[in-house]
Amino acid sequence: MSENTAVAKSTENTRNEAALLPPTDVIEDIDGITLYADLPGVPKDKLNLQVEADTLTIEGEVSLDLPEGMESSHAEVGLPRYRRVFTLSRELDAGKVSAELKEGVLKLRIPKAEHAQPRRVEIQVA
Amino acid sequence: MYYRSLFPRDLFAEFDRLQREMQQSFDPHPSIRGLTRGFPALNIGGTPKAVDIYAFAPGIDPATLEVQLVKGMLTIAGERKPEPLPEKATRHIDERFAGRFQRVVSLPDDVDPNAIDAKYRDGVLHVHILRKQEAQPRRITIQ
Repeated sequence: MSENTAVAKSTENTRNEAALLPPTDVIEDIDGITLYADLPGVPKDKLNLQVEADTLTIEGEVSLDLPEGMESSHAEVGLPRYRRVFTLSRELDAGKVSAELKEGVLKLRIPKAEHAQPRRVEIQVA
Repeated sequence: MYYRSLFPRDLFAEFDRLQREMQQSFDPHPSIRGLTRGFPALNIGGTPKAVDIYAFAPGIDPATLEVQLVKGMLTIAGERKPEPLPEKATRHIDERFAGRFQRVVSLPDDVDPNAIDAKYRDGVLHVHILRKQEAQPRRITIQ
């Protein structure tokens, strides 16, 4: 039971803890949006993706194998956590988000909802 | 770009560096190479036995990464290709680094250039360099 409360506590706390903003690319094409985010050092099991209403939250914890007793002498990545929140627009289908994490790069694909897909209007020539 | 040692030894040298960095960030005409923040970001640490360098270089084929140690200077170089832009697509946010990169770190004198290994996992390159045997602390038994 103590383990459970510890887990609940840690997820609750992460919202308020300071985090780094991962650099991101967002590309939109006809069928949807592709998002790439740099999350170096985040393994699959430490990545947390959430879609709540129209909010997409990307959160990841850095896990490096640090030797015991290592003293840091220079740090450009000063926090072990990334977080970034995006607001999705209504035409995106949040239920069909697919994600892939490879070598520290997260690739998200958010398709557009069927009704928002562009349709070519045929012009009738009389 | 200023040369700087990443292994602080001298407090005054550190103050000097700090002052330079502060000046740089307030300077209305920054260096043509920008601020010292580069790609990949580096974290460096050490133990009495080894020096550890972590380069945060996500999305790179490890086979194309070049890690070289020449005369106490460790160079990490490579190239990161931009994500292809499909036809009729729009790039709304474009923040991720793309292009060739190189970063150089000067190592302390006591590292062993033959005892270096590098691993790439989750987009982080970890270079582990052992310090020379004779530089390691030894306990001297009293006769």
